[in-house]
Amino acid sequence: MYNIFSKNQSFKTLLNISAGIIPLVCSGILLALVLNSFNAFSEFGFFNFLSSKEWNQSPNNESYGALPFISGTLLTTALALVLCIPLSLSVALFNGEYYKGKTISNVLNTIVDLLAGIPSVIYGLWGFYVLRPVVMSLGLSSQGSGILVASVVLAIMIVPYAASLSAEFIKLVPKEYKESAYSMGATRFEVIRYVIFPMASSGIFSSFILAMGRALGETMTVTMLIGNTNQMPQSLLDTGNTLASIVANQFGEADGLKLSSLFALALLLFIITAITNLIGKIIIKKKSISK
Amino acid sequence: MSNNIIEIKNLNISYSSNVLSVKNVNANIIKNEITAIMGPSGCGKSTLLRAINRMHDLYNNIKVDGQIFLNGTDIMKMQAIDVRRKIGMVFQRPNPFPNMSIAENVLAGYTLNGLHLNKHEKAEIIERCLKSVGLWEEVKDVQTKKGTFLSGGQQQRLCIARALALQPEVLLMDEPTSALDPIATARIEELLLELKKDVSIIIVTHNMGQAKRIAYNSMFMYLGELIEYGDTQKLFNNPMHEQTKSYLAGHVG
Repeated sequence: MYNIFSKNQSFKTLLNISAGIIPLVCSGILLALVLNSFNAFSEFGFFNFLSSKEWNQSPNNESYGALPFISGTLLTTALALVLCIPLSLSVALFNGEYYKGKTISNVLNTIVDLLAGIPSVIYGLWGFYVLRPVVMSLGLSSQGSGILVASVVLAIMIVPYAASLSAEFIKLVPKEYKESAYSMGATRFEVIRYVIFPMASSGIFSSFILAMGRALGETMTVTMLIGNTNQMPQSLLDTGNTLASIVANQFGEADGLKLSSLFALALLLFIITAITNLIGKIIIKKKSISK
Repeated sequence: MSNNIIEIKNLNISYSSNVLSVKNVNANIIKNEITAIMGPSGCGKSTLLRAINRMHDLYNNIKVDGQIFLNGTDIMKMQAIDVRRKIGMVFQRPNPFPNMSIAENVLAGYTLNGLHLNKHEKAEIIERCLKSVGLWEEVKDVQTKKGTFLSGGQQQRLCIARALALQPEVLLMDEPTSALDPIATARIEELLLELKKDVSIIIVTHNMGQAKRIAYNSMFMYLGELIEYGDTQKLFNNPMHEQTKSYLAGHVG
């Protein structure tokens, strides 16, 4: 009797400890980011740091600002989202409505899942040696690398996230509403436009928010493709850096104020992605409760 | 000119290759009357009903064989979309579109078909249709609220109004009151008796009392076959077939 009780009890204790580790690690990361970025923020001032375009690494005249990297992050993410929306919606409709439950949909679904599982360094390599020369041969830019190439590859990378979740929400639209629309003489396109999309809209929206969260933080691919320059990008064909790519590029040889500034950029990225994911999850949760 | 609005000839329907869910049904539906389809679960009554507005076209696995005439024209040879505009449908569970207001629900048939109406036409259709289902007084001040905010019975009347908005010749109803309480059910039955002067109604029902109260003619189906069809009172008082008798006595289904 005693033995069973103690096994039961110790298992529960073990569970509690394991569950407790997760929030501990998360707050540990946040704490490290805050503590290490403190120097930079106190030196330049929080809002000054956000709005400064300078990234001057010369030892006697150090000055760091986040604006070029915030711009780079927002530009690549926005462009990737715009490019990924039509493709993701098509895939979602293909899998969630037109070929729902069919073999061809399962095949496409598997490929989409496969796409999600490809390591980002492979996307980067492909972008660098296949897509970049295409951009160069089209005469769009001399070096090829830049925001455009990074965004195109990023768009492909986030399609699986947006498409599979959107397809789930499209599938969730109850048959009775679709049949009701058909019974009034609607065509399939009209049913999609007036019934399926409006009813699945908040779910589809949230799946794009989550995809956006992926794009904001994607590091390896972007670092390989964006050209890694620290000036404000002037156009989509320009090179640049994102919050993630500058950190990945420079953390190894940084110390002092520069390191603290990199931590500050990382903190910004942490906050932006956390808020984005939170918004996406809240919408999904609301949606599934109202169902 | 015959009095039949719909004539069903040699109709067979199957879900899988060798099982017939509706077997060789022949029946004429009288214009401006209510016709009930009864029978135990799985007897094929909904399957028969859904053939009349070509709903089976939506599913590749369902095969429909035979002829259905609407005013002498074979609907199997028409465009499914045209058939469905002439033959409306009301479903088992009230299903007003949750993303649309009460008014928008009434107009849904027009929106869905890409037909544009001016403000005046819209108001007129909304008022006419909501009045015809006795909902106008109850909802005229809350037209912009969501249809799902109404009670179950009101929602179902809204769905009838939505189906009537396109002025169909036939209204198909698939157990329209099975999700409603007795009072809401009684209102719908009253309504159907009024509506039949404008539209011929075919109603699938589990509720024998309902068929007895409102249907001019009744069908009794069993295992996909149309066992007995004719005057409702005669069918209830003096059924000709053993299966009908035992169903009415509560032994089957």
